[in-house]
Amino acid sequence: MGQDQAITGSDPRLTAGEAALARRELRRHKLIALLLVVPLLLFLLFAFVAPIATMLYRGFNNPAVAQLIPGTLQRLVPWDGTGIPDRAVLTRMALDLRRLAKIRRSGKLAEELNRHLPGASSVVKSTARKLRRKSETELEQKGADLLLAANSLWSKPAIWQAVKKAGQVYTDTYYLTAMDLERTFAGDIQTRQSGQIYVKLYTKTLRMALIITLMCLLLGYPLAYFLANAPPKTANMLMIFVLLPFWTSLLVRTTAWIALLQTNGVINSFLTAASIVTDPLEMLYTEFSTVVAMTHILLPFMILPLYSVMKGIDPSYMRAAMSMGARPLSAFVSVYLPNTMPGLSAGALLVFIISVGYYITPALVGGTKGQMISNIIAFHMQQSNNWGLAAALGTLLLVLILTLYWLYDRFVGAANIKLG
Amino acid sequence: MAADRVDGYLRFRNVKKSYDQKTLVVKDFNLELAKGEFLTLLGPSGSGKTTVLMMMAGFESVTSGDILLDGNPITRTAPYKRNIGMVFQNYALFPHMSIAENLAYPLKVRKKSKAEIAERVQRYLDLIELGDFGNRTPGQLSGGQRQRVALARALIFGPSLVLMDEPLGALDKKLREQMQLEISRLHQKLGFTVIYVTHDQGEALTMSDRIAVFDRGVVQQCAAPDVLYEQPANAFVADFIGENNFLPGVVTRREGDWVRVRISGGGEIEARCADCGDVGSDCLISVRPEKLFIEEAGHDYDNRFGALLKTRLYVGDFIRYFFELDDGTEVVVKVLNDHAAPELSMSEKSLLLSRRRDCFAFARK
Ligand SMILES: Nc1ncnc2c1ncn2[C@@H]1O[C@H](COP(=O)(O)OP(=O)(O)O)[C@@H](O)[C@H]1O
Ligand SMILES: [Mg+2]
Repeated sequence: MGQDQAITGSDPRLTAGEAALARRELRRHKLIALLLVVPLLLFLLFAFVAPIATMLYRGFNNPAVAQLIPGTLQRLVPWDGTGIPDRAVLTRMALDLRRLAKIRRSGKLAEELNRHLPGASSVVKSTARKLRRKSETELEQKGADLLLAANSLWSKPAIWQAVKKAGQVYTDTYYLTAMDLERTFAGDIQTRQSGQIYVKLYTKTLRMALIITLMCLLLGYPLAYFLANAPPKTANMLMIFVLLPFWTSLLVRTTAWIALLQTNGVINSFLTAASIVTDPLEMLYTEFSTVVAMTHILLPFMILPLYSVMKGIDPSYMRAAMSMGARPLSAFVSVYLPNTMPGLSAGALLVFIISVGYYITPALVGGTKGQMISNIIAFHMQQSNNWGLAAALGTLLLVLILTLYWLYDRFVGAANIKLG
Repeated sequence: MAADRVDGYLRFRNVKKSYDQKTLVVKDFNLELAKGEFLTLLGPSGSGKTTVLMMMAGFESVTSGDILLDGNPITRTAPYKRNIGMVFQNYALFPHMSIAENLAYPLKVRKKSKAEIAERVQRYLDLIELGDFGNRTPGQLSGGQRQRVALARALIFGPSLVLMDEPLGALDKKLREQMQLEISRLHQKLGFTVIYVTHDQGEALTMSDRIAVFDRGVVQQCAAPDVLYEQPANAFVADFIGENNFLPGVVTRREGDWVRVRISGGGEIEARCADCGDVGSDCLISVRPEKLFIEEAGHDYDNRFGALLKTRLYVGDFIRYFFELDDGTEVVVKVLNDHAAPELSMSEKSLLLSRRRDCFAFARK
């Protein structure tokens, strides 16, 4: 009888009412799930998506000059870039300079123009100072002559080209500069005449990040292996040493390296005292010091994913391989290494990406030789006040990292990554 | 049968092992194996079985003593030179390789030609009836299938000795029985020598030529399954293999192999002396539940003693009766569920009977 019941009751289809109930239940679950992640989504939107979007926008957007001298720029539109613009433009410029001098904003204009035409800054400032003393009516009548008389640069097309370029609200100048390129007035793109800085710096940053990653791998892999195979008590204690850097301030750790590496530092004192070298080695403020300090700081990021993956690798794999006749090295390469790949990729990617964008350590121990791209970005934000260029450099860095990640996914597979 | 064709193909001579330089995990291990023999190391968990196997394979050092394979000492030979097949409890199939690549691994290491590898891999895939599964990864196979692959991988390079460490431990009961048959079939077909480790006595009894019962690093008895079951050498073996009743007592008379024992539950029992002491020493009598009978008329039994029925357990094909002696010792009697199964009332004294050749006397420590 029980069997009969089982057969009649085994129709798996839901009635319409049951289906509606099931759907409502499902919707409720989805709503709860959504509510749980909403705070994170909002946080990400404000703390991550919005700043990055702003940065991207700033790299293109440059309203400063357009706001400072709108009248001049408007009259400059028909000018074709040859000879001196007509008198109406010159007069307007003279009036704009006087107005800016009065409200103490001529310095800003000088700074902006100087980026397009080195040397323009002092001319703009001195001219503005001279014109400030004139009255507005005087300038309206003979402003053009006074401007030309103030400095010979005003009679050259170069300054007017610079004014026109700087006056564009939307510009690719920053991105071109970030790639060591520039646009001629005619509109062609060429390599920048005034020096190659950023491409070199990107290459250097990538090279240093690569060296740091390799160093972390070389130091971290054997240690992670040892930790994963040590008795739990030993492993726990050593793990504390690995994590110790996380519990001390980054600044303290970095300055400790200064104490070690400087000319009169611990290492040099030891080397000279032991007569290994006669003159102290120059170690601080070099690429070497940046690489050493950053390897030290980023090592845990390599060890942790490696350790977690190695922990899960059964020791019998190696034994099985050897019982089948493989020598230890060959067993390691053909069996152990491939199985640590997820942790290895995760660690390497983590260290590489973090070090490409690292700022504090190279700033403190790197000097000028050990600088990386983020130090230049910081420089443009804090000292040269060129936020547009800083944004463009930052965006390029982002694009670079995304490209590398994409390449990595192409050839290694991101699904392989295991962080813990 | 295997017991008398021991020719010392594999010999353990006074092998000892200590991990911590203080205590011996394996104490004076001696064993000889004939070529083609199926020997099982049977013992409770932690008794040192794996340790013996690991020393055999070369993954653990031998603290003292020698292991000889075909007359040559291999104690100091590197594991990869020993040419011993090994099956691990968790299979140890390489997860990043397909089944076919797993099988090909030992052949590739031996630099066999591509054609030979392909041919052999297919032959062994067919042998374990997984002919079409070469391209799958270990993760896509069921437990039993993985076990068969592990077995094939340990055999494919033709080792003459194969070690198996609880290879069926992770399988459910039905699959385990199936795999036991499978391993026996391959063993008979290919004729390799096996050292098989298990803590499952049923497995040991059905598969082995000989069984070495292991406890606390010492071989308690090494014999064919029927000998082990019917003539245990000491109380540990009697207890570990199968089910047994133990009755404490004192030896009152001794004549060669036979002793008379006064059991503390009341009565005298004649038994075969396994490792019992002289007259006056404490001993344990063992008698299996199926070798005990409840009082019947017209039968001639050597031993008889009174007991009180406590519980009756209906199992199906047989019935278990739980009796209690005067001193509180519990005695189990197993009776086939046929028409002769006696109808007993509770709390009524019955007489239990046994033959003297089914009773064994052991030293009581
Ligand atoms: N690598 C090791 N280091 C220290 N002690 C071990 C090691 N391997 C096993 N032992 C100890 O040796 C004893 C026997 O272990 P093992 O050979 O694994 O027993 P079995 O396989 O019979 O369960 C156990 O007490 C275990 O704790
Ligand atoms: Mg074991």
